[in-house]
Amino acid sequence: MSSPVLEVRALKKYFPARRRLFGGAATWVKAVDGVDITVHAGETLGLIGESGCGKTTTSKLILLQETPTAGTISFEGRDIASLQGSDLMAYRRAVQVVFQDPFSSLSPRMRVGDIIAEPLEIHTDLARAAIDERVGTVLELVGLAPDVAPLFPHEFSGGQRQRIAIARALVTDTRLIVLDEPVSALDVSVRAQIITQLEELQRALGVSYLFIGHDLATVAHISHRIAVMYLGKIVETAASDALCARPMHPYTQALFAAALPSHPDDRTETKAITGEVPSALSLPSGCRFHPRCPSAMPVCSQIEPVLRPRDGGGEVACHLYD
Amino acid sequence: MATIPANTRLAARRTASGWLGALVKAAREAPLMAVIILGGLVLVALLADLIAPYDPTLPVKGAEMFVPPFWMEGGSVATPLGTDFQGRDILSRLIYGARVSLVVGLMGTLVAGGIGTAMGILSGYVGGWVDQIIMRVTDAWLALPAIVFAIFLAAMVGPSMWNIIVILGAVYWTRYARVIRGEVLTLRERDFVKLAEIAGASKLRVIKKHILPNVMNTATVLASLTVGVVIIAEASLSFLGVGVPPPQPAWGLMLSEARPTLMAGQWWLTVFPGACILLIVLATQLFGDWLRVRLDPQTRNL
Repeated sequence: MSSPVLEVRALKKYFPARRRLFGGAATWVKAVDGVDITVHAGETLGLIGESGCGKTTTSKLILLQETPTAGTISFEGRDIASLQGSDLMAYRRAVQVVFQDPFSSLSPRMRVGDIIAEPLEIHTDLARAAIDERVGTVLELVGLAPDVAPLFPHEFSGGQRQRIAIARALVTDTRLIVLDEPVSALDVSVRAQIITQLEELQRALGVSYLFIGHDLATVAHISHRIAVMYLGKIVETAASDALCARPMHPYTQALFAAALPSHPDDRTETKAITGEVPSALSLPSGCRFHPRCPSAMPVCSQIEPVLRPRDGGGEVACHLYD
Repeated sequence: MATIPANTRLAARRTASGWLGALVKAAREAPLMAVIILGGLVLVALLADLIAPYDPTLPVKGAEMFVPPFWMEGGSVATPLGTDFQGRDILSRLIYGARVSLVVGLMGTLVAGGIGTAMGILSGYVGGWVDQIIMRVTDAWLALPAIVFAIFLAAMVGPSMWNIIVILGAVYWTRYARVIRGEVLTLRERDFVKLAEIAGASKLRVIKKHILPNVMNTATVLASLTVGVVIIAEASLSFLGVGVPPPQPAWGLMLSEARPTLMAGQWWLTVFPGACILLIVLATQLFGDWLRVRLDPQTRNL
């Protein structure tokens, strides 16, 4: 495997929930609680989990929108927390993001060309003509005509807008794109087009993706490797094929059970999980998943399992495989 | 992968019509009444020296005091809207008064809007203790009754038109600060602002490229409301004797000066300036409303 682009080690982010009258916080929301992930060059890492599990907080930490409570994030071997000045700008230039809602991520008052050109204007002192040319190039890359540049975002459909957002993310010499549920807001038919487009772009440009999602089918399709997240922790990580062939953690199995079968006559062995996600304010003791786990054992409520190598490569954190 | 063609209808319209077409379109959609009233008043104010029949500050030679409008008994076509208590021509005073009202209304709004928008953006985007200080000052400011505060300031710095502009700007900026701050707080959380920050845009750039263009709409609506308020405030200050000093003609001052004779039946001294204030305030409100719709790219159907 090629060299790692992004390495996240023991990342933690706690938010204060209730404050005492004076001073510090009484309780903490452990949004991200010891996450390790690695994204290699030209690879897609899928980060999957249900709402509130800390996926988006992880992406915010990577994008320097929040500062971690503990742990390190290194990009191409350098800790991003220590970046300053031109090194920080180089990082800002190399890492871009595509958000879920294509109606909020494009400024309604800017023309498409100006939206895409913004990172170029920030990071380079190219002349107008050179910028326009680059904007035209990336528009073609994402399957839009270069002459849409003078139009406003509201003249486009959701799928086209998401293409524009991807074009913007590609306009600098981007090495890593954080895709934060980029297709969740789109129609199913458009979803497939965007996913195919993203895969083509990766092949052509060698860019890495951190693909965050909650829809297993989509994430499994685009990712080379998948990390499954539950309440701030990674519970299982494996190559996409291995994970789909044999999901080991009960939570991963439940996610597969919840996904629609590819044929309506297919019957899956339902192991659907019940109950709500526990509040991140009062985490269950031991394994965080044990209150909802169909195969919980007495040990699960006492000792928190750690990630151990699993069959077929990857790691799983579950007492079933101790 | 097939490329999606540009919207040919849009492209064609943009090249064919150009700015002339846009102008024609704007004129077609503009509220006729407001534009006629405002346009007329602006013209009158600009050409006051040419169209006013007499010097507004001096009595008309050979004319009596309190000459009624021309259609009344004793009226004269030489002074069509009558004369005041000094024998000055009311029409000429109204014409020159339009200058004062428009200049004070627009400049006062500009000062208020400028201070208020800057403060609102600073408060909302920078946040923290800057936000706290600006908002507490705004609270204190809003607790003071506007007109009383303006009278106090005017009494301190002395009456003149430019002082009034600065005073009214200083009194009315708080509305902008409050509303714009609220707007900025929601804008700050929008994805396109976050995208700009993630792409490495400086605070100044984010404000210039993303915050300011998106609050201009709100600022314009507020301005359309403020122009009327400022004009009325100027008239009130002049009426109370701390505004534009006599003998300069201002509509509020004309009302004030005519007060003693109002009950004596010389209604033309007060009704005409009063009607002018009503007209200009009404027109600015209508115009502001139209402008609000025009400034939104989604509703202007670009």
